[in-house]
Parts: sequence; structure tokens; C-alpha cells
Amino acid sequence: MGERQRIVIAKPGLDGHDRGAKVVARALRDGGHEVIYTGLRRTPDQIIRTVLDEDARFVGLSSLSGAHSHLFPKVCELLREAGLGDVVVFGGGIIPESDRPPLFAAGVRAIFGPGTPSSEILEFVNFASERDCGVGSEDDWHWGE
Amino acid sequence: MSAIENGELEVTDTDGLIVAITGPPGVGKSCLVDGILHRLTPNNLVAVLAVDPTSPISGGALLGDRIRLSVLDDKTKADSIYVRSIATRSSSGSIPSIVRGLASHLLANNFDLVIIETVGAGQSEMRCAAIANRIIVVEGPARGDGIQAEKAGLLELADLIVVNKSDMEGAERVVNDLTVSLTLTDDAPPIIRTSATKGDGLDELSEMILHLDERVTSRRARARQQLLMAHENILILNPAFEAILDRMSEEGLVLEEALRLLNE
Repeated sequence: MGERQRIVIAKPGLDGHDRGAKVVARALRDGGHEVIYTGLRRTPDQIIRTVLDEDARFVGLSSLSGAHSHLFPKVCELLREAGLGDVVVFGGGIIPESDRPPLFAAGVRAIFGPGTPSSEILEFVNFASERDCGVGSEDDWHWGE
Repeated sequence: MSAIENGELEVTDTDGLIVAITGPPGVGKSCLVDGILHRLTPNNLVAVLAVDPTSPISGGALLGDRIRLSVLDDKTKADSIYVRSIATRSSSGSIPSIVRGLASHLLANNFDLVIIETVGAGQSEMRCAAIANRIIVVEGPARGDGIQAEKAGLLELADLIVVNKSDMEGAERVVNDLTVSLTLTDDAPPIIRTSATKGDGLDELSEMILHLDERVTSRRARARQQLLMAHENILILNPAFEAILDRMSEEGLVLEEALRLLNE
């Protein structure tokens, strides 16, 4: 097992479905991490505030509403503005393949769609925690490339 | 804050108001904290340290107290508030000892009040007394009969007792049982009724929280908890602690032998 991380799991935007976010939160908890769940319908500003207060090293964004192309890059941008460039961002939900390259370019380091085994998300967290791949880093690596 | 939590940074104690809000799970502690924050900010700077349990199996934790804090969505108040979720990690009580350091750090940084929201706690869960200098015990309706109010334990340490969900059936009976029980006590704490969802009693609670008297009889109990916590810390911080746990669970290491190894 890797080192214990503090991870914020957030639901940005107008999206009322959080089964997936809760399953991921639970999987991370069972993987030995401390997970802070934000609840539904958070704005990017609220998510940044939570990451800051909670000293989180990772933030996982879940979106099933189709607004990911706007919301995920916005969170990345605000994290950099807030001086939180060391925070690693990953995403999940219903995100078409064609939408992914711009998200990776914006600083998202992994996208996990439906059916992803929870072990893979844990592997990602362990791997990314060893690598300088925060949202502010020059690294253009992303998981699964 | 993480540096303090991980034991990488020592903090000297700072005087100031540290209030623990404790009580059984689901009694409404988080919602009461939200109500208090709505009333005390932005005139006061208030920090909330919200404790949730760590899994004894995986060592992970799901920290969800923030969800109830609607006050963070109010832009005029959010800047006067700091909220940090804390997992109990290896400690046995409802508050890990590092919370004392976190609270001191916040008080030294101009916070007027630190509220510690404990893990949903049972009758004998008194560890919060080691850290907080005021204790508010939250009770609710339908939590057993009148004998519950007579039992020794946490209630005896309360500087204030809040009966929440006062709009629900049975709340008045709980207030009566507690009142009867406490008439036999020399320095009985005040009891107030609140309904966090309806907002009843929250103005009164918020006013009281800043000016609570300490019960003299609970001083010895506080000292006792401080001593116990300090002693437990020595145990948890022992570098061999985790390895010995592994050997106990996997290799059948017996308790006497484990204690001997820890004392080496």
C-alpha cells in the first residue's frame, strides 16, 4: 500500500448523480486514504476552497452532466491561481474519448470512465503521488497514455 | 496543518476558547455547528475541526462533516471560517491528540473560537475533555428511557447540555429526565432546547457558547483525560507499534509479549 493521501472527491456543476463519486470515495477509503467528500452541486470556487482548507494532495472531479469540458479546466485554472499547483487532478463520469485530450492538456492527469476497477484508481493515486504531476507542473503525462 | 497532524511540527499551547461539541451519532452535531457558524460569523473568526473515524481495517477515512456546513456557501461569512476535517487515525478516543496542536495553532493565528466536532460518541467517550476547555453535550429524543439520564459518564462533564430536534416527539421528555437527574448535582450545567432544522434555540446557543462557565467539578476529570491521552500517545508514537500490531494479528504474538516489546 502506498502512502496515505488526503483526497477531495467533488461534484462540480448541476449534476444530481453521485453514486459513482461515492463508490470512488469508498474505494479510496478502503485503500487507506483520507477522503473528503464535498456533496453535490459545488462550484469550482467551493472546490478550491475545500482543497485549500483540507490540505488535499488530490482532487477527483465527477461529472455526468456533460459540462466537464468547461468545469474541469476551470478547476485546474483556479487551483493554479490559488497557488495549489502541487495538487493532482483526476476526473470521472461520462466523458467521451474525443473530449479527453483537451482535459489532459488543461492539467487533468487521469479520466476514469464507467467500469474502471477501483484497484486502477488506487494504482493511479500511488503512482501520481510519487511523480511531480500537480496541476501546476510542466509534466504533460497522463494516466493510461 | 498537515505538518502538525503528521507530527512534523511542534506547537506550543495557546490559551483561548476551545469548545467540543459531542454526543451520539446522528443527533445533529454538524447541523448545530452550521447554525452556530451562521450566527457567530462574520463578527467572530471561527475554526471548526471536524473529526470522523478512521477505518480500523484499511486506515482510510471518509470525512463528510463539511457537507452539512451550508454557511460556507455564504460569501459574506465564509472568509471568517476555517473548516478542517480530521481522521482519528491511530488514537482510541473520539479526538486524536494532535487536535490540541491544531487548535493552538489556530488560536495563535487570531481565531476567536475553535469548535471541535467529535466523532459520534457514546456514554463513556470523554477524551474531548483533554483538549477542549468547554464541552457541549448534544442529546436528542428517542434515545432510551429515563435511566439513561441517570447513568454516569459524559453528561457529568458537560458545561452545557443541548437537547436537539426539540420539534420532534419525545424531546420534552428527554429534557425532563435530564433536569430531574441534574437537580441532584451541585453545579448542574444549563440545558437548552434547539431545533437545528427549524432554527429554534440557535440564537441562544450561539450567545452562550462564547460565555460558558467552566464547571469546577470537571477539572479533575479533565486532568485525568489529559494524562490518559498523553500516555496513549507514547504508545501510539512508539515506532514499533504498527509492526507489533501486525505480529499480533498475523503471527499470534501474545499480549504479554507485545507489551514487553513495547516497553523495550
